[in-house]
Amino acid sequence: MIGRFFTSRMKMADVVATNHTLILAMPRFGIPLGFGERSVQEICAQYGLPVDFVLLIFNVYTFDDYLPDEDGLMRTDFSPLVPYLEASHRYYLNERLPHIERHLLHVAGSAGERYGSILKHFFEDYRKEVVEHFDSEERDVFPYLESLMNGGRAERPVSEHFADNHTDLVDKLGDLTQILYKYIPCEGFAEELNELVFAIMQLSADLEKHALIEEKILLPYIQQLERRQEG
Amino acid sequence: MKPKIQVLVCEPSDIVREGLRSLLDEDEFVLQAPMREVPADMAQRISRQQPDILILNPTLLNTPPRMQLVSIQQARMSMAVVALVYEYVEPSLLSQFKTVLDIREKGNRVAQLLRECCQPEMEDEEGYELSERETEVLVLLAKGCSSKEIADKLNISIHTVNTHRKNITRKTGIKSVAGLAVYAMLHNLVVG
Repeated sequence: MIGRFFTSRMKMADVVATNHTLILAMPRFGIPLGFGERSVQEICAQYGLPVDFVLLIFNVYTFDDYLPDEDGLMRTDFSPLVPYLEASHRYYLNERLPHIERHLLHVAGSAGERYGSILKHFFEDYRKEVVEHFDSEERDVFPYLESLMNGGRAERPVSEHFADNHTDLVDKLGDLTQILYKYIPCEGFAEELNELVFAIMQLSADLEKHALIEEKILLPYIQQLERRQEG
Repeated sequence: MKPKIQVLVCEPSDIVREGLRSLLDEDEFVLQAPMREVPADMAQRISRQQPDILILNPTLLNTPPRMQLVSIQQARMSMAVVALVYEYVEPSLLSQFKTVLDIREKGNRVAQLLRECCQPEMEDEEGYELSERETEVLVLLAKGCSSKEIADKLNISIHTVNTHRKNITRKTGIKSVAGLAVYAMLHNLVVG
């Protein structure tokens, strides 16, 4: 498998050229653009980030078949995990959803009252669901993880707060795009509708990766800590 | 006699392909010339060979895999595309397949699994229009009924309700109940 995934000695610029959507992950690490010719290792050192952790996220984000092995997880410094996930949540809530909402309100305004109100209603419900999902993770799962990381014992939150709920969040966005380009008559505002569909698809793809990070990194890491505590 | 089920296998491993062949009875299944990879003209080959079932190793799909899968499916809508899985595959991709054949599946279950996954398709070739029954199920879903409640109301089994739900999703492309409710409203099936 070695050679197929990103490594610490690759240039950061090459990594981003391989998968441009990683640009979205940079601010969540606090890494600004302007990499020059520096390697992933050098950039991470510059911003005080553990390179193993950053690579883990990059690889899950990019390669569908990448699965971190247990030893690898053991050796990785996970201190930036919760801040990373929280920064992702902020990005979805404070940037992407308002961006989509602006486009959606525009489309809803042009599509006529009936379609408009159905779309607005669907989106409002969706936003509520996202907020609730993130809240429950930040309220229950993250503090639990942090207490495990500090060697403390806490009660395990119910498992439904974990990754499984993400599929539904991603599915609903897929449904919304289907509805938009199949059933909304768009005479006179096709461009606006396209913008909206693309904005939703981009969020959907990003959320899907976010779910994978929780599924492939967060969950196994929590389970590992739990086993270590029991053993 | 029932026509034999035409099976096309797309899988790189000789061992796995041969193993699969030995598990399928020749009287029931015809194995078409197998493929080691997804060829560039996959869609044309499928429309020529008309397999009932395509057994596909999802790791053979190129990026973006979902899009490629859609174009393969469109070459023959009634074909059941089965994922042959022996390593981690993204659940969101797997959900696009008709069913999943795990490499650890018991030998005697394999034929049964394939038989099941091509049955509804052979009966139901009507394309994308929702049947009357599916529309009824959709309306009840949109009104917030659970599968159990729908089964009771329509006097059918939960299993049948779930088959209808799968078909509704396959035909409309919409997965969530909230999305189906919007679909129903936009098609004037329920009052918004």
